[in-house]
Amino acid sequence: MIPAVRFSTVSRHFGEVKAVDRVDLDILDGEFFTMLGPSGSGKTTCLRMIAGFDTPSSGSLQLHGREVSGLPPYERDVNTVFQDYALFPHMTVGENVAYGLMIKKVAKAERQRQMEEMLELVQLPGLAGRRPSQLSGGQRQRVALARALVNHPRVLLLDEPLGALDLKLRQQMQIELKAIQKRIGITFVFVTHDQEEALTMSDRIAVFNRGRIEQVGTPAEVYERPNSAFVAGFVGVSNLISGPMAQTINGSPAMFSVRPEKIHLAEPGAAVPDGCFGVAGRIRAVVYLGMVTRYQVDLDGGGELAVVEQNLRSTSMDALAAQGRPVKLIWERQFASPVAAGGG
Amino acid sequence: MATVTAPRPDSALAPRSRLGRLANFFYVRPRLALAALLGPPLVWLAVVYLGSLAGLVLQSLYHLDSFSGKVIRQLTLATYADLLSETENYRIVARTAGMATAVTLAAALVAFPLAYYMARYASPRRKGLLYLAVLLPLWSNYLVRVYAWEIILAKEGILGWFIHALGLDFALNALLQTPVVGGPSLSTSFIGVFLVFLYVWLPYMVLPIQASLERLPRSLLEASGDLGARPLATFRHVVLPLVMPGVVAGSIFTFSLTLGDYIIPQVFGNSSFFLGRAVYVYQGTSGNIPLAAAFTLVPILIMALYLTLARKAGAFDAL
Repeated sequence: MIPAVRFSTVSRHFGEVKAVDRVDLDILDGEFFTMLGPSGSGKTTCLRMIAGFDTPSSGSLQLHGREVSGLPPYERDVNTVFQDYALFPHMTVGENVAYGLMIKKVAKAERQRQMEEMLELVQLPGLAGRRPSQLSGGQRQRVALARALVNHPRVLLLDEPLGALDLKLRQQMQIELKAIQKRIGITFVFVTHDQEEALTMSDRIAVFNRGRIEQVGTPAEVYERPNSAFVAGFVGVSNLISGPMAQTINGSPAMFSVRPEKIHLAEPGAAVPDGCFGVAGRIRAVVYLGMVTRYQVDLDGGGELAVVEQNLRSTSMDALAAQGRPVKLIWERQFASPVAAGGG
Repeated sequence: MATVTAPRPDSALAPRSRLGRLANFFYVRPRLALAALLGPPLVWLAVVYLGSLAGLVLQSLYHLDSFSGKVIRQLTLATYADLLSETENYRIVARTAGMATAVTLAAALVAFPLAYYMARYASPRRKGLLYLAVLLPLWSNYLVRVYAWEIILAKEGILGWFIHALGLDFALNALLQTPVVGGPSLSTSFIGVFLVFLYVWLPYMVLPIQASLERLPRSLLEASGDLGARPLATFRHVVLPLVMPGVVAGSIFTFSLTLGDYIIPQVFGNSSFFLGRAVYVYQGTSGNIPLAAAFTLVPILIMALYLTLARKAGAFDAL
């Protein structure tokens, strides 16, 4: 199948700065694809190259099998939801949503019908007559989405669209965006620096770092099997173990990572079951977080590990009393995933 | 022996100095502070601007006795009757308004690309140089610049020489043959008046347009292109409506400055009157202050009409 978007050794240089450095990537038709990374990692530049706001310095970029490097945005079958929404302030909500149709010279009645249908889809019926300045952030977000979707693009690009919303609204929009994407079945390319958002919504994630892609995979793959120290550290919290301590635990000094929630706190004398690793330590700090408690454990052989346990039966009292106690940390071998050193 | 001073209970709250007390006094009385700040300029505005305008209106309601040459200080509409009965006055108003319109349109056309380049493409250094180039003429004396144009536009002047050197004499002659705006030479035709007006008022058009272009977010232009609009459509549907307040602000300058100027039409052109020149002659040479005052109200009414129309056309919607 022809991918919706194909990057073939695409680079984008700004003077000396390599914003995007030889990226290869296929985004499949109909998937919810997330570009995840810290600011300056090249994810937004990649999105802007798909939209046509930016041109690759070298390499080839294809949309549905068609080379698009050098093609202006208005000749591409993609639409963008901007980080600042970029709603036209001098137009009403209805005029904003119908803008693409007006440009395409769709008849007025038909324009009106599609515009109202789109406002319905994003749950803003009846707001067509308002000005963008009269809307809340969440409503503007929805208008921006409607304005892009009304053109029936084959690929929708979203540039950190939820960044400006408060937590509750963001979580609600995450679910809605995903639902809308399922319903209309087009490709979504979503840029974010929020790993939780990426894990929640995506079919697949590409983790960007310094202009390159560190790992591409499903949320579970990226989370459970990070292939680099950078991914392990950026996606969720991770313990990285290498050198003598790794040697003691599993007989090899190569670096591996283990997620804090995979580690089980046991009594100091507890036996390590088959197929598990075990290491002794002492609880240095306890942070009670309501649903879970995070323990910072100093290992007897040097170094430390973070452990997260759900507060299923324990209360904050029990958790806090654990401070200073010697423990044995136990986790299944399958949860220790080898990672390449380096990265940031 | 240690002396222990009991801390005064209010020592932390009491202001130390008189100035501090004054600041506190105003801080808790924001309305009073506003009145104190706004009062003097408001008084100035009321007395100097509105007062003189009222004086002007009052003067226009007096009448000049044509036998004695004395102003009769009795309220009458006779001066307005004089103003309206003289057909030459209509021609003066039409001529001035026409010139102001032409200068404003031309200034907008010349200023827009320059302002667009300054706001969107120029590097900070180049933008600074362009600012300087636009503003520099304003630093030198208006009269000097006007008379410099006399040398440029005169029959044997710099522009004429240049056109001759390019072998374009026939084009210049054809231009000067044009009825109404033509004349014996550039400096004695309305074309000359127009060129000098365009030159002296252009900075007042560039700066407001440039300022409003600076405030136009790049993402809006990108969004328009993203939604399928070619650059020309983006310009028409997004750039122009959003920059219109800047264009109107600039046009208020160029239009009203042209309406009121009385020097350029005197130095250039074919000595036919413009509004400012007419007012100047009425109040000076003929000592008819009431008629001069009545005539002065004409540009004010034209500006009021212009702003009303601009507002109706939606020029301020994006403000």
